[in-house]
Amino acid sequence: MLYIAAVFLPLLGCLLAGLIGQYLNGVWRLVPAGAAGHGHDAHGHDDHAHAHTHGDHGQDDHGHGHDHAPQPGDRFAQMITVLCMAVAALCGVLAFFDVAYAGHARTVTLFTFIDSGSLEVSWALRYDTLSAVMVGMVTVVSTLIHVYSVGYMAHDKTVPRFMAYLSLFTFAMLMLVTADNLVQLFFGWEGVGLASYLLIGYWYERPSAGAAAIKAFLVNRVGDLGFALGIAGVFLLFGSVEFSTIFAAVAEHRDAVVNIAGIEMRTLELLCVLLFIGAMGKSAQLGLHTWLPDAMEGPTPVSALIHAATMVTAGVFMVARLSPLFEYAPNALALVTLVGAATAFFAATVGCVQNDIKRVIAYSTCSQLGYMFFAAGVSAYPAAIFHLFTHAFFKALLFLGAGSVIHAMSDEQDIRRMGGIWRKVPITYTVMWIGSLALAGIPLFAGYYSKDMVLEAAWASHTAHGRIAYFLGIAAAFMTAFYSWRLLLLTFHGTPRADKHVMDHVHESPLVMTVPLMLLAAGAVFAGMAFYESFVGHHFAEFWREAIFIAPEHHAMHDAHDVATWVKKLPLVCALSGIALAYVFYLLRPELPGLIAARFQGLYRFLLNKWYFDELYDAIFVRPSMALGRVLWKGGDGAVIDGLGPDGVAAATRAVAARAVRAQTGFVYHYAFVMLAGLVALVTLWFMLRAG
Amino acid sequence: MIPATTFASLNWSLALPEIFLACAAMVLLVFGVTRKADPQREVSWLSVLVLAITAALVLAQGGDKAQAFAGLFVLDGFARFVKLMVLLAAGLGIVMSISYLEHEKLSRFEYPVLILLATLGMMMMVSANDLMSLYLGLELQSLSLYVIAAFARDSERSTEAGLKYFVLGALASGLLLYGASLVYGFAGTTNFAAIADVLTRADAAKPPLGVVFGLVFVAAGLSFKVSAVPFHMWTPDVYEGSPTPVTAFFSVGPKIAAVGLFLRVMAGPFAPMLGQWQQLMVLISIGSMALGAFAAIGQSNIKRLMAYSSIGHMGYALIGLAAGTAEGVHGVLVYMAIYLVMNVGTFACILCMRREGRMVEGIDDLAGLARTDPLMALALAIFMFSMAGIPPLAGFFGKLYVFLAAVKAGMWALAIIGVLASVVGAFYYLRIIKVMYFDADAGAFEPRPAALSAVIAGTGAVTTLFFVWPAPLVVAAQAAAATLFGG
Repeated sequence: MLYIAAVFLPLLGCLLAGLIGQYLNGVWRLVPAGAAGHGHDAHGHDDHAHAHTHGDHGQDDHGHGHDHAPQPGDRFAQMITVLCMAVAALCGVLAFFDVAYAGHARTVTLFTFIDSGSLEVSWALRYDTLSAVMVGMVTVVSTLIHVYSVGYMAHDKTVPRFMAYLSLFTFAMLMLVTADNLVQLFFGWEGVGLASYLLIGYWYERPSAGAAAIKAFLVNRVGDLGFALGIAGVFLLFGSVEFSTIFAAVAEHRDAVVNIAGIEMRTLELLCVLLFIGAMGKSAQLGLHTWLPDAMEGPTPVSALIHAATMVTAGVFMVARLSPLFEYAPNALALVTLVGAATAFFAATVGCVQNDIKRVIAYSTCSQLGYMFFAAGVSAYPAAIFHLFTHAFFKALLFLGAGSVIHAMSDEQDIRRMGGIWRKVPITYTVMWIGSLALAGIPLFAGYYSKDMVLEAAWASHTAHGRIAYFLGIAAAFMTAFYSWRLLLLTFHGTPRADKHVMDHVHESPLVMTVPLMLLAAGAVFAGMAFYESFVGHHFAEFWREAIFIAPEHHAMHDAHDVATWVKKLPLVCALSGIALAYVFYLLRPELPGLIAARFQGLYRFLLNKWYFDELYDAIFVRPSMALGRVLWKGGDGAVIDGLGPDGVAAATRAVAARAVRAQTGFVYHYAFVMLAGLVALVTLWFMLRAG
Repeated sequence: MIPATTFASLNWSLALPEIFLACAAMVLLVFGVTRKADPQREVSWLSVLVLAITAALVLAQGGDKAQAFAGLFVLDGFARFVKLMVLLAAGLGIVMSISYLEHEKLSRFEYPVLILLATLGMMMMVSANDLMSLYLGLELQSLSLYVIAAFARDSERSTEAGLKYFVLGALASGLLLYGASLVYGFAGTTNFAAIADVLTRADAAKPPLGVVFGLVFVAAGLSFKVSAVPFHMWTPDVYEGSPTPVTAFFSVGPKIAAVGLFLRVMAGPFAPMLGQWQQLMVLISIGSMALGAFAAIGQSNIKRLMAYSSIGHMGYALIGLAAGTAEGVHGVLVYMAIYLVMNVGTFACILCMRREGRMVEGIDDLAGLARTDPLMALALAIFMFSMAGIPPLAGFFGKLYVFLAAVKAGMWALAIIGVLASVVGAFYYLRIIKVMYFDADAGAFEPRPAALSAVIAGTGAVTTLFFVWPAPLVVAAQAAAATLFGG
C-alpha cells in the first residue's frame, strides 16, 4: 500500500487538480455565457485531451482571468496537489527506509498491460534500494517544489493547470523509477517527456516558450529512438522485457554477436550503446544537451523539478538500473565515461560566461550530470546515484533560490543587472551560498562527499578513460567553483546595477517560498554526511544488494577509498582556487574579466555561443529539414497530393456533376432516347461480357 | 390451360388483405362522392384506418408459402414483409399530405383513394407469381400514380410531371411487356415456377437467346420503376414537378414495391440465369450510385436533390440484389426499411418548408434553420447524416448489410465503388447541414403542422436509435429473405 500510494498519489493529485480545479475555474464551459470575447479563452481549452462536455454550470463566469485574481479552483488545486505530494513523500521516505535499511525489497504487481505472443508486459512496481532511493528523493524534492510553487505561481492565470502538470511530471518520473520492465520504464520515460513539454511550454502565449518546448521534445525524440531500438533489441535477444528475466539471462547471452553492414560486434555492446543514446537525450549529455538551457523558458519551479528530481536524472538512473547489462559491455562503458567527462567539461566552460542566472545553473546541471555518467562509466554506480541524490537537493535549492532572486528583482534574469542586494534578501542569500558551497564540493556540504567519491572512483578505475575523466572532472570542478561564485558575487555583492525602481522593490519572498528553501538547504548540508557510509562506504554492497550489479573484475568502488592523497585533495584545491579566482575577478579587480574577454575574443565568443552547437545543428539538421519540408509541403503536398487528390477530385466531381445536370434536358424524347440507348447498351454489354 | 377450378380451390383467403383494400377503396370513393362538402380530411383518416386494418390482416396471415388463384398469386414471408413496408409508406404518405392539400387548395378526396388503389397495385406486384399478375399489379399502381403526379392540375409543372411520367412509363411498360412475351415465347409459360423449371433444364452456359433478350427487357422495365440508371431520366423532373407529398410517397412506396418485385422476379423465374443477370445488376447498380452521387451535387432544389439521392439509394439497394444471395436479399430488405424511415422523415421536413403561405424548395431556404427552428434542423441533420451513412445512425447499417453481402459474395470491386460513391454523396448531404447550421438566416418557416412534427419525431427517433435494438427488423428481414430463396 505504501508503495502504491507513493507512486499514484501524485497522479490522483494531478487528476483532481486538472479536472476539478479547472472546472471550478470555469474552464470546461464550452461557451462562455455572456462573456464571449472577454478573454475567457485565456483559460485555454486545449490543455486537456479529455472530451469534456460539461454543460454550463452557470456560476462564477464573469471577471476571472482579467485581473489574475485567485480563482476558486486555484486554492483547491494547490491544496490537493500539495496534500497528495506530501502524503506521497511520507510514503516514499518510509518505503526508502523499509527497503534500503530494513531490506524489504519487493515487486508489487498491479495488472497485466500487454500479453501478445511471447511479449508479456505487466504494470508492476519494482522496489529495491535503487528505486527506493529515487522514490524517496523525487517525492521529497517534488513536494518542496510544489509548496514553493504555491507562492511562486500565485498570480498565474491557470494555477490548477500548472499544479496538475507538476504532479503529472512527478508521477511519470515515479513510474519510471519503479518500473519493473523496459516497457513500463519507457512509459514513464515518455510521460516525463510529455510533462516536460507541457511545462516548458507552459506560457504558451510566448513564442520562445513554445519553441523551447518543441525543441526539448524533438531532441528527446532523437534519444528516445535509440532507447526504443535498444528495448526492441533487448526483447529480440532475451525474449523478455522484464528486468529480472533479462538480468538472469545476461551471462548466457554475453557473447552473442550481431552483424551490421559487414561489421561484427557484440550484441550487448550495441544494445548498451543504443540504450545510452536514450539516456543521453534525457540527461542532456554532450550532443543532445541543446534542449536543456532552452528549457529555462518554463517557470522556475519547473526548471528546478527538471534539473533536480525528475527528467534529467532519468538517464543516469537507467544506466544504473541496467548495470547488469552495462557491466558486460566494457566498450559501451568507456563511451559512457568519455561522453560524461566531455559533458562535464564542456558544460562547465560554457557556464563560466553565461549571463542569465538560470542558464548558468542549467549548464551546471549539465556538467554535474556528466559527473554522474562517468561515475557510472567506471562501474561506480553507487557513486553516480549518490551524486544524483545529493545534487537533487542543492540543485533544487539553487534553482528555487534563483527563482526567489528573480521574484525579488521584478523578473530580471540577467546577472549583469543585479548586484548588491544581499542585505535585502537574507534568506535567499544564505541558501544560495549553501547551495553553491555544496555544488562546489566544499567539505561538510553534500556535494563534497559525492563529487569526491565520483572523482576518486574515476581515478581508481585504473583505465585510460577513467584517468581522462578524472582530469576533465578536476578541470570542471575548478570551473564549477568559479562560475558558482561568479554568480553569487554578481547577484548579491558589489554595487547595485539595477535601476532604482527595481531596487526599491527588492524584497524577501513569502514564507511559503522560503520554507522549502530552508528545508532544501538542510538537505544540501546534511544529505552528504548522513548517507555517505550507506551509499558509497566500505559496505555499500549491503546497502544496494541486488539493485546494482558490479562485475567482480571492476574494483573502482573499492579502490576509491584507497587512492593517493593528492588525488583526494586535488578537487578541493581546485574548488578553492576557483572561488578565489572569482573573488579576484568580480570583487577585487572587476575590470579583469572584460580585459580577458577582449584579449581572447575568439575563445570568449566560442564559449558564449555554447561552442556553436545550436548553430551547427541549425545548419546540419534544422535548415535542411525545413527546406525539405517546404519542398514536400509546397510541391509534394500542395501541388501533387492536393492537386491530384482533394482539389483535383473535387474539381473533377464538380465537372462531372455539371455534365450530369446538363444531361437532364427536360425533353421527353431525350429521356426516351436515353432509356432505349441504355437498353441497347445493356444488351450489347451482356454479349460482350459473354464473349469475353 | 388453366384447370377447372372451384371457388374454394382459388384459395382466395390468401388475398384477403388485397380484397379488403379494394372494397374499402371503392366504398370510400362512393362515400366521398355522396358528400356535399369536400370530405378530404375524413376520407384521408379513414384511408389510414383502412391501411391499418389491411396491415393487421397481413400480419394475421401466418403460415408457409402458399399459392392462390391457380398460381397467379403467392403469399410468403417475403411478400408479407414488403407489403407491410408498402402499407406503412402509404399511411405515412397520406398523413403527411392532409394539411398540405388544404393549404394548396388541392383538397379533394380522390387523393387518398388513389393512393389506396396504388397501394393495392403494389401489394399485387409483391405477391405476383406470374408474368400476367405482375403486369396487372404494376399497371394498377402506375395508372394511379400517373394521376396523382398531375394532381395539381392547374399547375404547369405538376401536369408536365404527370405527362412525362405517363409517356415514359408507358414506354417502360412496353419494354416490360415485350420482354414478357419473349420469355413466354421461349419458355412456353408465364408462371414463375414453370419458367424457372424450363430454364433449369436448359443449358446454363448457353441459354436460349430469346429468353436472354426477354430478361434484359423485363429488367429494363423494372429498372424504370425503381428509377435505376439508365432508366432514371424521369425521376428528377417528376419529383420536382409533383406536389411534395406525392413526391414523398413516390420516393418510398412504389420504390419499395418495385424493388420487392425486382427481387422476386430475379430470384424466382430467372434464378437459374443468375450468371446472366448478375453482370447486368452490377452495371445498373454502379451507374445509379455514381449518377446519384454526382448529379445531386449540382442541384439547388431540394426535391430534385432528393430525386438524385433516391437514384443513388436504389443503386446501393441493387448491390444486394447483384450479390445474388439470401444475404444480399436480406441486405436489400433492411436497406429499404431504413430508407423508408429516413426518407419519409426528410420529406416531412421538406413539407414544413413553408414561408409566407407558399412552399419553398430551395436548399438556400434552409439557411440558418439551426437558429430559427433548432429541433427541425437537428432532425434534418440526423436524416442527412443517416443518408450519408454515418454511424451509428440507421443509414449506416443499411449500407453495411448490402456491402457486407457483396463482400461475402466476392464482389469487392462493387463494394468499393459503393463506398466511394457514398463518399461523394456525403458531400451534398453534409452541404445541407452546413447551410442549416452555418449560413446566414433566411428567415423562419411557418409553424409546423402537428402531424408532420409527429412524423419527424417518430422517424428521427427510429433513425437515431436503430442501433440500440436493431434485432426486430434484422431478424424479420432475414426470415423474409429466407422464404424467397428457400421457396
